[in-house]
Amino acid sequence: MAKKNQVDSEMLKGTLDMMILRTLVGGDAHGHTIAKVIEHTSEDVLEVEQGSLYPALHRLEDRRWVSSYWGVSENNRKAKFYKMTAEGRKQLVREVTRWRQMTRAIGLVMGEEGGAQ
Amino acid sequence: MSWFRFFRRKRSDAELQEEMTSFLNEETADNVARGMSEEEARRQAHVKLGSREKVRESLWAQNSFQPLTSLARDVKFASRTLRRTPGFSFLAVLVVALCIGAATSLFTIARSVLLRPLPFHDPDKLVMLYEDRTKDGVPPAKPGYNPVSPADFYDWRSKTHGFEDMAVTRGAGYNLTGERGELPESVRAAAGSWNLMRVLGVQPAVGRWFTEAEDKPGTTSVMLTWSVYQRRFGGDAAIVGRQIHLDDKPYTVVGVLPSWFRYPDAGIVLWVPYQGDMGETLQHHDYHQSQVIARMKDGVSLASAVAQVQAVQMQLHLAYPDEPVHDLVEMRPMHEDVTGDVKQPLQLMLGAVACMLLIGCLNVSNLLVARGAARQREVAIRSALGAQRAALIREQMTESVLICIAGGTLGVALSVLATQILAHAWKDLPTVQSIHLDGTVIAFACALVCVAALVAGLVPALSSTDKSMLSAMQSSTRTGGGSIGRTALRKWMLTAEIAITVVLLVAAGLLGKSFLKLRTTDVGCVTKNVLTLRYSLPEKQYDTPEKVNSFQESLLERVRALPGVKGVALGNTVPAAGYWGDFVFTVKEHPPLQAGAPIQVGLVRWADPGYFTGLGIPLVRGRFFTNQDRLERAYKVIVSKQLADRYFPGEDAISRHLHVAAHALKGKPDATDYEIVGVVGDVIYQVGKEARPMMYFPLLDGTMSGATLAVRTQYDSLQFALPVQKQIAALDAGLPVADVRTMDQVVGESLGNQSLSAALVLAFAVLSLLLASVGLYGVLSYLTVQRTQELGIRMALGAQREQLLTQMLLDGMKPALFGLGLGMVASFAVTRVLQTMLFATKPLDPVVLFGVVATLLVVAMCACLVPAWRASRIEPMQALRME
Repeated sequence: MAKKNQVDSEMLKGTLDMMILRTLVGGDAHGHTIAKVIEHTSEDVLEVEQGSLYPALHRLEDRRWVSSYWGVSENNRKAKFYKMTAEGRKQLVREVTRWRQMTRAIGLVMGEEGGAQ
Repeated sequence: MSWFRFFRRKRSDAELQEEMTSFLNEETADNVARGMSEEEARRQAHVKLGSREKVRESLWAQNSFQPLTSLARDVKFASRTLRRTPGFSFLAVLVVALCIGAATSLFTIARSVLLRPLPFHDPDKLVMLYEDRTKDGVPPAKPGYNPVSPADFYDWRSKTHGFEDMAVTRGAGYNLTGERGELPESVRAAAGSWNLMRVLGVQPAVGRWFTEAEDKPGTTSVMLTWSVYQRRFGGDAAIVGRQIHLDDKPYTVVGVLPSWFRYPDAGIVLWVPYQGDMGETLQHHDYHQSQVIARMKDGVSLASAVAQVQAVQMQLHLAYPDEPVHDLVEMRPMHEDVTGDVKQPLQLMLGAVACMLLIGCLNVSNLLVARGAARQREVAIRSALGAQRAALIREQMTESVLICIAGGTLGVALSVLATQILAHAWKDLPTVQSIHLDGTVIAFACALVCVAALVAGLVPALSSTDKSMLSAMQSSTRTGGGSIGRTALRKWMLTAEIAITVVLLVAAGLLGKSFLKLRTTDVGCVTKNVLTLRYSLPEKQYDTPEKVNSFQESLLERVRALPGVKGVALGNTVPAAGYWGDFVFTVKEHPPLQAGAPIQVGLVRWADPGYFTGLGIPLVRGRFFTNQDRLERAYKVIVSKQLADRYFPGEDAISRHLHVAAHALKGKPDATDYEIVGVVGDVIYQVGKEARPMMYFPLLDGTMSGATLAVRTQYDSLQFALPVQKQIAALDAGLPVADVRTMDQVVGESLGNQSLSAALVLAFAVLSLLLASVGLYGVLSYLTVQRTQELGIRMALGAQREQLLTQMLLDGMKPALFGLGLGMVASFAVTRVLQTMLFATKPLDPVVLFGVVATLLVVAMCACLVPAWRASRIEPMQALRME
């Protein structure tokens, strides 16, 4: 697949953790599902590079925002599932709040009335 | 990153692999569902995932700790390099181990002795007081240790207010009589005033200390030290109230001192009340036997406190013009007082250790520089390829750090051993019991390792990565042996090493010579094959002068009759065995002394008629004592030549009369004029001290219950120890004997610390010499290897082997000679510090200086000879083929 709709990766790096956590609100998921969900919900604008997905997942696990376990996927294959922890949930709230403030602020600077919607 | 992940990186990597495989499978399945062929689906899945290795790498890095990783790489590299040259590595580690070990041991001892406070409560407030006398109104240059008289003490205590309290102690000795079949024992004791423990701030471990009511003449309370409590009384829980027998008199135990309590020294076994067996001497100002300890009040300065005591003392001095009341009071902090004697030797040792440490660092450094030369090309190539200089330095430093850590670990292990040996050898160190390794010492050793690593590693690392040197190397011959700059650096380091060694050798030589001089000092009597031992007759059993005399005379008779005995002397002490007190006297025939004139004083001894012939002390004039000079007719005295010369200048001392204060000689209160009947040769009372005027009183006046027996024998005197003791046991089976030793041992013990100082400095000097020769040898060996090809070419061109040998020798000897010169100059400055520790030896002793020069030249020659000889044996063809 070609690198379509490349979004600035710098931007993504800061928000990838947040998006992963948001994905996990819907339930435990393995890496492939997480990537797919992000891509689909962003209408294929955001493409998650595996090179940054796995380090991100491990980073989140180190910070104890997610925990992991080996399970069986919908297709009956062995897969590593990630589950959001209570601490992860709090972190998501913090990140989302910060994100909202940020986009509103940027929106104001860009002259959009009432900030970006 | 987390440490947890860092240590299980391998496992999480495997997990990641599996995770990615599972991703591929999912994606492939998705793609197939989208209608792709199996093969295309898998291909697309791989494309989507990207490089597996990249993911793995990024996660690996995420779980890494960058500096740690590069450190691990450096350590791995350095240890591989070190393993490649085991000889070098071993040598370097050993050098560091010796230096660190020596430094750590001495630091341990110095810290325990000099730095750690005394184990008493608030020890900074404790001071010791001594009396002294001025000479023409000027205080003496050196602080004195003149004990205090009881009467002076009681006046000081009651008339000053700068002190919280003031206590007094004095030495004593008893025969601890055996109970239940135990052997009797002659023990050292001390007497202390009732407030002593309050002043020191010490709580007894069992029972209590003496009360004020007990501190009166005639009381029979006794306090045990922990050691005797355990050794002799088995830690008896019911010890308080138990009776023990001292000199056959029953004493009641009131308490036991704590196990750590070893004041004034570890030899004291019992304590009795200060006034316990003091009769009228309590009232007098001339019974100088006591030590005074005081605790300062808060906010009172040392100066104002001493001024108070001084004022009291001055009043006493004026109030008793006929008595030897000193006119000066010395006061110094207790800590300083206790450590005073060993401070200088210890400082000297620390100086020696610092020198050795420096030599060791220079040595390792030098070896590293020399070896660095061999790796020049490698370093040059790497730096040409863009290696950072900092990285290269770090790499080389790692090597010296590794060497120093290994050496340091070994060194600390060695020092644990050495400290025990030293503490054992140096038994009279004041706080020997507190010597042990602890955290601070280990920290000190670690700091030393860091310093050593830095010093030893930085110079070679800097020099081998120096840009100018590298380029010089590159332009020089392919096989050239190091740049000129590098060789010069190495030689300078060698020079410094040798110079420091010379200083150490000179110091050791001077101390050694001084020690030899001391050892061979003329004591003034025969010391070869003389056995001495002490006993003390218990007063209860020997209660009349006749009984005492009868024992003494029977003993003399029996010992004289032993085969192989050449002479027997009985006195209160023997020469070189210590001070033993002095008497003030006036001369009956002389006009009375003017007020303010210096008092006349002489060391006091008691002697039997055979004392002088027995010990080989020559008669100068008059006669020795006879068997008639005993009991009621014993008012005769013999004086030493020095006393006669000083107090009877230009006149004959014989038949003059010495007048001694009445109470000084107990049992002779009414008659105190002693007629001088003889003048004998001078003897010294302690090795290293000058002879003092001496007077001898007749031992057979029946008053001396304690005595030292000296037996001069034909051969090895120690073999007579048993026969002599058997004779004593035959006379009195219950009489304990103490201090059985030869006269040589008496003299040796009187040397004390000096012998150990000399031995230690010598050990350091030998070690340094060894290190310096190792340095010389190591560097020259490398030089030879470096120049193999050049030498081969020269030989191929016709150079003679002898020529090469001479040249290599000269090359090696140059830094040695230079260092020798430099070291000599430095010695002139340094040895001045030693002056006060030397005895009959000048700081610039020609014999010592010559000896050092000769030793160093020989050692340097040997160290140079081997590599030089090896260089001259090079086969030209082999050398040329080498690269």
